[in-house]
Amino acid sequence: MIVNKDTISELAAQNKRLDGRSLTEYRKPITVELNISWTAEGSAKVQIGNTIVMTGVKLGIEKTYNDTPNEGGIMVNAELLPLSNPDYEPGPPSIKAIELARVIDRGIREAKAIDLKKLCITPGEKAWFVIVDIITINDDGNLFDAAGLAALAALKSAFYPTVNKETGAIDYKHKTKEKLPLIKEPLPVTIYKVNNKLLVDPTLEEEGAYDARLTVATDDNGTISALQKGGTEPLTAEEISQIIDLAQVKARFLRSELDKFLK
Amino acid sequence: MAYTKRVDGRKIDELRSMDAKVGVIPNADGSAYFKMGNTIAYAAVYGPRELFPKFLQDPKKGVIRCHYSMMPFSGSGERIRPGGNRRSQEISMVMNNALEPVIDLSAFPNAVVDIFVDLPQTDAGTRCAAISAVAMALAHAGIPMKDMISSVAMGEVDGTVVADLNYDEESYPAIVSDIPIAMTHNTKEITLLQMDGEISKPQLMKALEMAKLATEKVYALQKKALLEKFAKE
Repeated sequence: MIVNKDTISELAAQNKRLDGRSLTEYRKPITVELNISWTAEGSAKVQIGNTIVMTGVKLGIEKTYNDTPNEGGIMVNAELLPLSNPDYEPGPPSIKAIELARVIDRGIREAKAIDLKKLCITPGEKAWFVIVDIITINDDGNLFDAAGLAALAALKSAFYPTVNKETGAIDYKHKTKEKLPLIKEPLPVTIYKVNNKLLVDPTLEEEGAYDARLTVATDDNGTISALQKGGTEPLTAEEISQIIDLAQVKARFLRSELDKFLK
Repeated sequence: MAYTKRVDGRKIDELRSMDAKVGVIPNADGSAYFKMGNTIAYAAVYGPRELFPKFLQDPKKGVIRCHYSMMPFSGSGERIRPGGNRRSQEISMVMNNALEPVIDLSAFPNAVVDIFVDLPQTDAGTRCAAISAVAMALAHAGIPMKDMISSVAMGEVDGTVVADLNYDEESYPAIVSDIPIAMTHNTKEITLLQMDGEISKPQLMKALEMAKLATEKVYALQKKALLEKFAKE
């Protein structure tokens, strides 16, 4: 792909983009498909433009941690599949994959989105642990927002598997009707600064031209649960204020898009 | 007590319901989706492109590299740790061997065609679904091919040869054999053959004969999906 950084930057200065969108407009349509994997306890496939991301939630019973004997846990992992982008290679997770996983993880964890105490089965002994795996199918930019949306959709659609009362073994083939104790619904929105303009939902081509970005995870009340600045250019406090305002507006928009598919 | 009634009610030569789509991954040079019952495979082909490190290059022809991987949430039990294992490495290798005979990369010396298959959900027959998906993705990418490859697992469950075993049949409480097979469409040659379990030679030969018809059904769907894709373009 030929990335013309100057063109993207010059266009941004005129409030224009290569694909004709306004700077604060997401690609269309945004689609969310639930239960795309029967082997996962919850799963979703999100498509924003040509960016396609899958997430699957697996539940397991593990020993509780010594410092939190009354709680279960949550972990988010991301795999940038070589299938999804010609530049991705097989091997251990790249720093891009690690950052993606950790930012989505913090958004959920720090919002206390899941009531971890409710995941506890026997204090000091065993509890449910939730693992969310984010998998890219086609990376055409803005993985943070697509992955965050897919992670929330998968968590919302997850059901506990049944547990054999005598042996304590999990029967993954039979799900219960019990959902995860999701008490808040954090969503990340990433705002990109290009040539002193703010834009949302960049394509892969546009991602090659940004100066700085800020991912803002907010819950349903607008409370911020995670921030991650990226890029090598600085941001002023004034810019950060504008970014958070815009991110909150866009999070509400993504939430309303997600709701269309949850009914 | 012969096995006459299959666990999911299929006829002995009946495949699970299938679905195929071509062009599902816009970034890839060729891509496909193949669903066999509850097993789903996504395949992407990138290349021919330059192969690094250079010592892997073949100055006479391009090479193919298959990478098979199950997504962490795709197993019917607990989560699978990502990063591959002995099983996925072996499957990648036998897939390479299964596809190589029909691919002609003599026009692309020193190049590589990278093939990636990832499965979001599985219920037995993953390498067969993977190969069937990849064959479509290779055709979609315009890679020169001498023939089409279609793949399906045959097997013997308690004395009866059946087509396309699902997980419940693979783990049926009797003597079971599982025989993944890939076959070329025109020449009916076998490019993938593995077996685990126990089977007599006559029953094996019967399974190989039945595989011709079974792979033919897969082929018909692959062809339909490819025609649909190219009719659109």
